[in-house]
Amino acid sequence: MSLIRLQNITRSYEMGAETVHALCGVTLDIQRGEYVALMGPSGSGKSTMMNLLGCLDTPSSGTFELNGSLVSKMDDNQLAEIRNREIGFVFQSFHLLPRSTALHNVELPLVYAGIPTEERRELAKASLRHVGLGDRMLHKPNELSGGQRQRVAIARALVNNPAIMLADEPTGNLDSRTGEEIMLLFDELHRKGNTIIVVTHEEDIARHARRIIRLRDGLVAADEKNVRSMPRAMAVS
Amino acid sequence: MRFLDELREGLVIAWAAIRANKLRAGLTILGVVIGIVTVTLMGSAIQGIGTSFQRAVGQMGADVLYIVKFPPFEPQEWWKVRNRRDITLNYARAMERQATQIQMVVPETFTESSVKRNNRSASGVRIVGTTESNFLIRNFSTSKGRFFSSSEVDGGRPVCVLGADIADKFFKYEAPLGQKIWVAGIGYEVVGVMAASDKFLGMGSDNHVFIPITQFTARFVNQPDVTILVKVRDLEKIEDASEEVRGIMRKLRGLAPGKPDDFGIIHQDVFLKFFSRVGGSLAMAALFITGLSLFVGGIGIMNIMFVSVAERTREIGIRKAIGAKRRTILLQFLIEAAAICLIGGLIGLAIASSITLLMPKSLEARLSPGIVAIALGVSILTGVVSGFLPAWRAARMNPVDALRSE
Repeated sequence: MSLIRLQNITRSYEMGAETVHALCGVTLDIQRGEYVALMGPSGSGKSTMMNLLGCLDTPSSGTFELNGSLVSKMDDNQLAEIRNREIGFVFQSFHLLPRSTALHNVELPLVYAGIPTEERRELAKASLRHVGLGDRMLHKPNELSGGQRQRVAIARALVNNPAIMLADEPTGNLDSRTGEEIMLLFDELHRKGNTIIVVTHEEDIARHARRIIRLRDGLVAADEKNVRSMPRAMAVS
Repeated sequence: MRFLDELREGLVIAWAAIRANKLRAGLTILGVVIGIVTVTLMGSAIQGIGTSFQRAVGQMGADVLYIVKFPPFEPQEWWKVRNRRDITLNYARAMERQATQIQMVVPETFTESSVKRNNRSASGVRIVGTTESNFLIRNFSTSKGRFFSSSEVDGGRPVCVLGADIADKFFKYEAPLGQKIWVAGIGYEVVGVMAASDKFLGMGSDNHVFIPITQFTARFVNQPDVTILVKVRDLEKIEDASEEVRGIMRKLRGLAPGKPDDFGIIHQDVFLKFFSRVGGSLAMAALFITGLSLFVGGIGIMNIMFVSVAERTREIGIRKAIGAKRRTILLQFLIEAAAICLIGGLIGLAIASSITLLMPKSLEARLSPGIVAIALGVSILTGVVSGFLPAWRAARMNPVDALRSE
């Protein structure tokens, strides 16, 4: 069974008197353990797609199944629960809570999941160590560099052991070297079995993924295996 | 478990948010402080006035009926009652002979006069003419000496008993007993000084001079209008006794059946009922008016919470994205508003309790545990009520839009 199954998804918005059709019937499957890049120019429906995949939004029509549950018919609270359990977000501008420490930021999804304090702390620490920030746990975001902030965000995304990690332009606010480091971390996470979806408009970033889905005008324009990345990944493993 | 966790998380966030905007939170808290101070002060003043009044009225005696010409609290057209005949001393004697359900009858009347001794004087002192039993009927006690005796009353002796304040004024440095005091040019020997009474709005007997009623009729008013105090035999049957007294009075007055009473029989319950009726609505009005300041404080909270929500839109978006439900966000902002109000309530109570310590003792204004509990409850409620709309707005935010905001 596919991890993600989209069937005939449409999404339209009312913009004043006009109706904008952001997605016009998208059908696709993503399997567990895949590393997918979602590409497209602005206005292609990329952001809408990312919001739907992240369960932040629901489609106007069509069905969306995630890990066996029918997300397209869920209400606000059910969506919050699904996001908490199944999705780990990594955003372009990190989206960390500025007044909380790295550790507390990473703990937060577990707070909402109702995990007891002790267990929660251990899981959060493990997750931070996992992204190489074992010595920065009690720093606040403004005491960390951009790359470190993004690592905190990745630790937060993974702490709940979600079905997919959804990254929206994860290197957009980073210099190219730090960006490359983050992408290498993604590669590593993928090798360890995480399902990753990266939304980007940069070919360099998309190159890391094993499958590239290109959107244009609200439709899937191309969906292909990324052969170029294969040998590199093979070489490492 | 999960709720407690969310509660704790909410408290942590609230504390961080308050600390992050100290000045803003401080000004908002000030509004609540003012509201709580005024409301608790008013509440304790009302409570204090109530207790003093009840104690003062209690001095009337639960088992004593007062026969008067014009009863209080019964508004009537003055032209209907102004021609009422006086209550005379004869009625008191007749009452003593005829009534079966009473144990004591005491006439009491007064006038105002100046009092002199050596080079000191006081004007407008209430000179009360009465009999020796007044002392028993009202449970008066003396701090020095004694009340006058029945033989002194019967013999019309020029003796007097002083109220506590009068005694203080004229006999600051010497013993009053056996000394003479001059009332309207007549010398009275002081035989006793009353113990200080409970004062309430000028009630109480501290500024009185008691003389035998026989002296009063001889020297001041020959045929005075008196108040007759009647102590009933059995407190349980005070209604029956009251009816008997009323019947005797009607007979003495020669009132035909069907004619209304042209006198009043009052009892301390009348005062207590009047107070609970008028006092109750006055208290409500006073609390309502002071409550307005708390309302204004609440509007301040609402305002600040709207700002706080708008400012933290992105934070709300982040929290929602990683799994916070509507309920969680709602709770978070409600806790923040309630925490601000609770801090204000605690500060307000501290201020109010120090002010009540400075208030005059006679007001008996104290912060009772009840008022403290109500004040804290009201401040939390203010926070929850005024924080609800902003918190609801936050809870209903769409995560996609919230995340996009800067």
